[in-house]
Amino acid sequence: MATEPVDVLIIGAGASGAALAWSLAETRMRIVCFEQGDWMNPADYPTSGMDWEAKAMGDYSFSPNRRQASADYPVNDDDSPIKIANFNGVGGGTVLYAGHYPRFHPSDFKVKRLDGVGDDWPIDYETLAPYYDENDRVMGVSGLEGDPAYPAEPKKASQMPPLPLGRAGETVAGGFNAKGWHWWPSDSAIATAPYEGRDQCINLGGCLSGCAQGAKASSDITYWPEAIRAGVELRTRCRVREITVNDQGMVNGVIYYDAGGVEQFQPAEVVVLASNGVGTPRILLNSTSSQFPDGLANRSGLVGRNLMFHPYASINGIFDAPQDGAQGPVDCLWSQEFYETDLARGYVRGFTYEMTRGRGAVMTALTGVHSGRIPFGPGHHEAYRSLHNRITGMVAICEDLPELHNTVTLDPELKDPDGIPAPKITYTLSQNSRDMLSFAVARATEVLEAAGATDVISEAPLSVGGWHLMGTARMGTDPETSVVNEWGRSHDVKNLFVVDGSLFVTSAGVNPTRTIQALALYVADQMKQRLTNLFD
Amino acid sequence: MSDLISSSDQLLSEGGRAILRALAGAIIPASEAHGVPGADDEAIFTDLMTSAGPTLQFIAEHLGILEELADDGGFLAASLDDKVRLAEQFRSAHPEAAALIVSLVCQCYYRDPRVLESLGTPPRPPFPEGYEIDQGDWSLLDPVRARGPIFRPVS
Repeated sequence: MATEPVDVLIIGAGASGAALAWSLAETRMRIVCFEQGDWMNPADYPTSGMDWEAKAMGDYSFSPNRRQASADYPVNDDDSPIKIANFNGVGGGTVLYAGHYPRFHPSDFKVKRLDGVGDDWPIDYETLAPYYDENDRVMGVSGLEGDPAYPAEPKKASQMPPLPLGRAGETVAGGFNAKGWHWWPSDSAIATAPYEGRDQCINLGGCLSGCAQGAKASSDITYWPEAIRAGVELRTRCRVREITVNDQGMVNGVIYYDAGGVEQFQPAEVVVLASNGVGTPRILLNSTSSQFPDGLANRSGLVGRNLMFHPYASINGIFDAPQDGAQGPVDCLWSQEFYETDLARGYVRGFTYEMTRGRGAVMTALTGVHSGRIPFGPGHHEAYRSLHNRITGMVAICEDLPELHNTVTLDPELKDPDGIPAPKITYTLSQNSRDMLSFAVARATEVLEAAGATDVISEAPLSVGGWHLMGTARMGTDPETSVVNEWGRSHDVKNLFVVDGSLFVTSAGVNPTRTIQALALYVADQMKQRLTNLFD
Repeated sequence: MSDLISSSDQLLSEGGRAILRALAGAIIPASEAHGVPGADDEAIFTDLMTSAGPTLQFIAEHLGILEELADDGGFLAASLDDKVRLAEQFRSAHPEAAALIVSLVCQCYYRDPRVLESLGTPPRPPFPEGYEIDQGDWSLLDPVRARGPIFRPVS
């Protein structure tokens, strides 16, 4: 059943789809976004109930394979030591992200030139800087200017004061100071003051399962209300199966399943993929035709290749003095002491430490029991109390490098509820990543011990930590070595665009959402500047 | 083990329920010193049974192992020390089932208002009241500022 054609069809209402829709709205084109999940109701988020930690591990888990909601699709990640995390609903991954919101560094765009690994991006920091600024104004960034880990120019402004240090922040900061190493209040997408109709953080502590207060800038409460007021239509419960092409090899629409599971066709002049680094290659690879037998926009053979995560290490100290427990935003400060390459460390590139403030009563108990620090039986209570509100630490977000053998493909057997093939992840942790993780654990242990930790718990790689999905439809100027051009348009199909983390050429050593959104605004601006000759 | 599964709804029989409750009480027993109930407390165990949902089937399939590990008198008749020892043996032999049970026990125990109060944690959901967090000592940044830029120039 055909419906009215639209000018621009965006697939995915997460971080990037929202930003692109908001930016394109001023063109007055007919813009529709398909989202396979629903709108979120903040009143339903776990911190509204006593069982908030259980819900965070269940219905609001960041693992789609654990959540198994009707909006989700399964992921076969058996062949990866790092498991996929995502969220399917309006806001996408920003619903469950921590709101840790660093920018890339200028050096991140020139990895090949500086360090001889990976590839250089076809754009640089200066190109993205105005789009970072624009995105910051919409999302609202809390932070402190003057971080010596970033250049003074272009200026990186903050709209609100930084997150509170609290007791845990003071502890960790003291550890970094004792070592003489860099730390700085994290840039955060959590409002520390009322901002653009959103209320400020009240320290609920459940950031990773949705912010009931609405202080965390998920794109369902930032970009989308404005985009919809400007005329963009957002249709939920629309799950795209494939993108179709006409005889000229141009995209002409998508086949999708509506809320009732009924197959539909939506004609479109332009299609934009904003479905993350796993969802986007999944749709492209499932969009085969006589003209694109190996998947749409895949004449390079690179769709689904070069999958990058950020391998995470988790390092936490146990302290005699009380810390913050689960109270307060998860994030607080970062350290980029080891961000840039120093080959004497035994690896190339680097990482960011992102402080993780603490954990709730249930997670404390599970951490203690599973690590052998809390026994079964009468000894439980004393052991538990030695951990309660006494754990704080950090994660290390390690730069991953693009490797062709790390892939998203289509699983030959596993399918979602509509019968669409599920993505299959094949990923091997490189020796460089292993060495970086080991270094990160060792240095963080030193920091925590310097801060007074009596014991340190670590895990590397963090198996559940596949939050950042990048590189599977990379941008570049050469159609042989990239999937889209330097402004996000497919080399092979001139009315097909990508705006999510799939675009990334390299991963940097920071959380990617701020850069994903800046890129989406940049691509939208490139489209607007070329409206009269967009397909040339 | 089949006698631990109710024939009517494939969930726990009375016998299986008693073993699971005793196991919960062995994992976290009551403490007079701290003034807290055990995880076999009526309210906590009722919460556990409700929260277990469909996983009860998987749990039921494994509870009989505790009976097999126990002496002639069975798991229920064992002393607390012996129950703890048997629970640890169970965990070694069946880590997946034990992890599920431990997760349920901890989830339900550490949201009980009596337990939270004993820890000094307000027995309420985080939202809507939230919590107070101190700003902290921002002079801790002084040495970081004094050190100066550390970013890597690209040109």
